[in-house]
Amino acid sequence: GPLSERRLMDVRLRELPAWLATCDFSLQGLLGGVQKAWSSYYDKYINVKRGGPAGISMLLAGYCLLSYGWNYQHISKISFLVSV
Amino acid sequence: MILSFFDQFTSPCLLGIPLILISMLFPTLLLPSPTSRWITNRLSALQLWLIHLTTKQLMLPLNKEGHKWALILVSLMALLLTTNLLGLLPYTFTPTTQLSMNMALAFPLWLATLLTGLRNQPTTSLGHLLPEGTPTPLIPALILIETTSLLIRPLALGVRLTANLTAGHLLIQLISTATTTLLPILPTLSALTTLILLLLTILEIAVAMIQAYVFVLLLSLYLQENI
Repeated sequence: GPLSERRLMDVRLRELPAWLATCDFSLQGLLGGVQKAWSSYYDKYINVKRGGPAGISMLLAGYCLLSYGWNYQHISKISFLVSV
Repeated sequence: MILSFFDQFTSPCLLGIPLILISMLFPTLLLPSPTSRWITNRLSALQLWLIHLTTKQLMLPLNKEGHKWALILVSLMALLLTTNLLGLLPYTFTPTTQLSMNMALAFPLWLATLLTGLRNQPTTSLGHLLPEGTPTPLIPALILIETTSLLIRPLALGVRLTANLTAGHLLIQLISTATTTLLPILPTLSALTTLILLLLTILEIAVAMIQAYVFVLLLSLYLQENI
């Protein structure tokens, strides 16, 4: 179909800049994109009749990684007691 | 050196944007709202069962007027439970370690219970300031004591939650520092400290859940007196 209507996973790598140009980067567009991304993750991994712990665990692992990234600046400066 | 142990509680900021808002909004992703389907996913079923259990427990001692508070009390319980438990994951930030957040939760809710009581049944509310059967000479002193106890309730609610979580996180950090420092020097002692760390983590999970429950339970008790 036309480039602007395809989802990210269906876009070929060489078409990526062209696809990005058709994206809506306003606040509403970004929020809509986030909402779509979350609902596709939710429907694929969590909103299944016989789901396991994997869906939520991936989410929590991602949250841990994100928090690590946020705190990196701070953590890299700490030096604990080393003179024993 | 000692001050660096408290650095884990500084509110994280990225390019000047406070990240505490994202830490507080993350639990909404973990608590999906029920859809119009009858049979939903396992996560929703589990959470629905837990919420029903909590609601029944909290609403049993309240009268019909008090049942109007069901939504706010149970959602407060869900928020505190999720934020406390998420804080036990590595590198995450617990917004409930900030006294500002806990006071912001405790003070308005306590004030709401107090004003509800004073507006609808002022005599009964003021009557709680004097327990039944006090000997007459003790009455002035007891009224002063009960008034102080009433006015200190929001402070106690906020500080209880903050102190419990902060102390727990600090202990975990101290003991893990001890473990890593001892590992090259005395490995057996390091193994012992790892055992202590394991037990402490289990305690912290329990404390996280209990503190959330106690917060909401006390608010419902204050509500019982006043509604």
